[in-house]
Amino acid sequence: MGDWKTVTVPVLSSDSKNIFQYTSEKKISPPSMNSQVLRLPLPSSKSMHSFFSAFCTEENIEQSISYLNRELTTLGFPSIYVEPKGKELNLISIINCMNELLVQQHKNLRAQEEVEMQHLKLGSDMDHLQNSYAKLKEQLELSKREIVGLQERDRQLQSKNRNLHQLLKNEKDEVQKLQNIISSRATQYNHDMKRKEREYNKLKERLHQLVMNKKDKKIAMEVLNYVGRADGKRGAWRTDKTEARNEEEMYKVLLSDYEQRQKQLLVENAELKKVLQQMKKEIISLLPPQKQKPKERSEDGPVLSDLEEDIGELNKENMWELSCETVREQLTNSIRKQWRMLKNHVEKLDNQVSRVHLRALDDKDVISREDHELETEKLELEIQQCKEMIKTQQQLLQQQLMSPCDDDTTLLLQDCYLLEERERLQEEWRLFREQKKNFEKERRSFTEAAIRLGLERKAFEEDRGAWLKQQFLSMSTDHKHSENVTTSSAFLGSSDQDGRLLNSTSQQRKPHCTLSGPVSAEPCQTSQYISRNSSNAASKKPAGDSKPNQWEESDEGEIE
Amino acid sequence: MNFSEPCRLSGLLGRISPDGRCLASCVQYRLIVRDASTLQILQLYTCLDQIQYVEWSSDSLFILCAMYKRGIVQVWSLEQPDWHCKIDEGSAGLVASCWSPDGRHILNTTEFHLRITVWSLCTKSVSYIKYPKACQQGIAFTKDGRYMAVAERRDCKDFVSLFVCSDWQLLRHFDTETQDLFGIEWAPNGCVLAVWDTCLEYKILLYSLDGRLLSTYRAYEWFLGIKSIAWSPSSQFLAIGSYDEKVRILNHVTWKKIAEFEHPATVANTKTVVYKEVEKPSAVEMERLSFPPTRALASTLFSTQSKYDISQVPVSFQYIKPVADRANPKMGIGMLAFSPDNCFLATKNDNIPNAVWIWDIQKLKLSVVLEQLCAIQSFQWDPRQPRLAVCTGNSKVYLWSPAGCVSVQVPVEGDFQIVSLCWHPSGDSMALLSKENFCMCYLEREEVK
Repeated sequence: MGDWKTVTVPVLSSDSKNIFQYTSEKKISPPSMNSQVLRLPLPSSKSMHSFFSAFCTEENIEQSISYLNRELTTLGFPSIYVEPKGKELNLISIINCMNELLVQQHKNLRAQEEVEMQHLKLGSDMDHLQNSYAKLKEQLELSKREIVGLQERDRQLQSKNRNLHQLLKNEKDEVQKLQNIISSRATQYNHDMKRKEREYNKLKERLHQLVMNKKDKKIAMEVLNYVGRADGKRGAWRTDKTEARNEEEMYKVLLSDYEQRQKQLLVENAELKKVLQQMKKEIISLLPPQKQKPKERSEDGPVLSDLEEDIGELNKENMWELSCETVREQLTNSIRKQWRMLKNHVEKLDNQVSRVHLRALDDKDVISREDHELETEKLELEIQQCKEMIKTQQQLLQQQLMSPCDDDTTLLLQDCYLLEERERLQEEWRLFREQKKNFEKERRSFTEAAIRLGLERKAFEEDRGAWLKQQFLSMSTDHKHSENVTTSSAFLGSSDQDGRLLNSTSQQRKPHCTLSGPVSAEPCQTSQYISRNSSNAASKKPAGDSKPNQWEESDEGEIE
Repeated sequence: MNFSEPCRLSGLLGRISPDGRCLASCVQYRLIVRDASTLQILQLYTCLDQIQYVEWSSDSLFILCAMYKRGIVQVWSLEQPDWHCKIDEGSAGLVASCWSPDGRHILNTTEFHLRITVWSLCTKSVSYIKYPKACQQGIAFTKDGRYMAVAERRDCKDFVSLFVCSDWQLLRHFDTETQDLFGIEWAPNGCVLAVWDTCLEYKILLYSLDGRLLSTYRAYEWFLGIKSIAWSPSSQFLAIGSYDEKVRILNHVTWKKIAEFEHPATVANTKTVVYKEVEKPSAVEMERLSFPPTRALASTLFSTQSKYDISQVPVSFQYIKPVADRANPKMGIGMLAFSPDNCFLATKNDNIPNAVWIWDIQKLKLSVVLEQLCAIQSFQWDPRQPRLAVCTGNSKVYLWSPAGCVSVQVPVEGDFQIVSLCWHPSGDSMALLSKENFCMCYLEREEVK
């Protein structure tokens, strides 16, 4: 408890003074304890013993106890007395206090250790930082020096550069100067030359004059005999005509040369145009695959349409016969456009190829290939399934078509068919009924018509009978014929009529009968029968009676 | 390949007649006319003085011999050996003489280029052309012989006069924008006249037949200009060789440069074939050696065979830089010639005197380089096919054709330094001329294929 400077006891009794004295002594005694602040006081057991015994002796036990109690209470420990202001010591509390103190001591020791550790660390950090600081300072120095050096070099180089520039300028100036000198010398030289030439010309003139004046007979040509001209013609005088002719010939020569050249150029031009057109066609034929790509459609669309227009235009006119500038420009421009497009296309393809190439080298490619394979497998499976399905369906179809073995199915089928048939039959019945109705209507109308006809005939017969009767009566007054009595009740009138008809001119009736043409053929026949029977009746009276009956009956029968 | 015996010659005056039947050669003051195939002497004429110039007339009936010192031109007839004609210029002097295209007029240029006198062999008329220009190529005839262009200079200005050759009528007279006209040359089609300036100015002017200026071409300033020009046989191209070791080709449509051929000291293009002449030691059989050595033996001992090797590109040539302070330096393109089929152009760069450069005109690229052991003296194309004959001052003649090239030793005793050659119009033979002698070389039809 001695050497702890951190612990200060503000108010102390005289006892504490003693204690302090002791403690101060204790301070002096082990110098090792004072040397370092951080050193833990770990005296040996012996010193501890003496150390501890110094505080409390047999004389001052109570004081030391009370002092201890005071200390402990101030520190927050429970009192070691049993009762306050008592003298009995609470052993348990003492032990507790001791324990507590020990624990605290341990804690404090640990804390101290930690602190010292930190202290060491910080110290080493500090050292490290100081070292690095020193190094950095050195580096900074070095770099500063370097910079200075580089700056120096830079300055030197710049100055060199300037010098070189200057030299170059000087050289250029010199060159320019020399050129000027040359030109000036050339002009001077030319001038001198001209001067000398003029002098020379003068001399020549003089000489010429002298030579000509001398009339040198020597200047002559001796020839044995004059030779004929090479082309055999005679020489001609030089006249204006000949001049004009010469001019003409000269121009002819020139013109023919130009024409020849122009022909050659035209031929060449035509060939080149053909080649260009072919190229254009080929390029166009190469380009259409681009149309499928939607991206490029927008770009190519208007251009291609223009091109197509151009093609159309240019192909319509025989362009190798046109040589106007616009056509030429159009052609070249269109070829350039297409060539550019083709180039782009090829470049894109190249890029794609290179990309594919690159991808082939990546690892990703493996996965993609696997995916690709998986997909292909899936697709194959699907295809197989589909095929199987198709096969089964085909089989089923065949079964159905060939032989329905299953009863149920057949019944079903039959039912189906029956239903169909029933429906069809119903339809037909309906139709049939309609037709039947129609027929009945017609039949009724016919019967009505027949009845009417019958009635009409009856009426007619009655009339006829009456008329015959009259005739017969008129005739019988002359011959006293017996009347036909035996006549059926129903046909009394008609038999009488028949009797009368015996002598009537059948011809009269016939036309009457024939006139009533619209009536069916049967009445005509009946009338014919009447006429025939009448004639018969005229010859055979008795037979006539029966016959008309028969006739009547047959008539009726016929009518039915 | 057959060679004839060498015959005497002087002054490199060996000329084959235009119809190819005869060969005229001069020995001092004698004119010897031989048969071209057999070299048999047909005629022998004697002139009054040493002959300096010989020219056949266009119909091969007459030969003129000019003697400049005496100022006399003598004309001889082949049909009538007795016929003679002498033109004496007297005190006027004679500097140049030439035939007119019709073969009946002779144009004499008097001394100091005072005038050109046109003497007629048919009539008694004489014409004068005044103020002719004193330049290398002052007179030019069109290929068809219709027109003649004469360069004139009056009052320190250059002019060109065009005459109609049939009656010597002045057709056109125009001035040219040249400082100092150096030469004129007609295009083979006879419609364009090329006029170029002195080497101090690179300027070439193209005039139409009617005197209009068609175009002017200037490649650069200040440096020495045009050295030589050549028209292509079809008149399509005009090749201009200049002192900057380049040949520029102009085209006849726009008269603009379409190609520029460089002649560098190193050729690196792998497509160019370089034939290098190498010596191969001649084998001499030891038994043949005898004393005193015969002439034949001597010649074989001293003459070296050579053959062509194909060098691997890149090849470097011997480059000569001429002395700077001399006039007319040996630099630039000194020789230019188109092949008759218009496919090749042969050039020689005077800076690289040992090489002949052959350019393919269809591709406008350098096709072949022939590297010789000695400096090139002259080369000429075969008038019928693309075959080039080259001579370098030794006794070998070199032939190149697209199939290959060959070097042939002329089997002549003694020294035979071929300095010039000229082809026979048929292309079957050529005359090889040296200072003292000449010989004919007969080529077989299927030669050098």
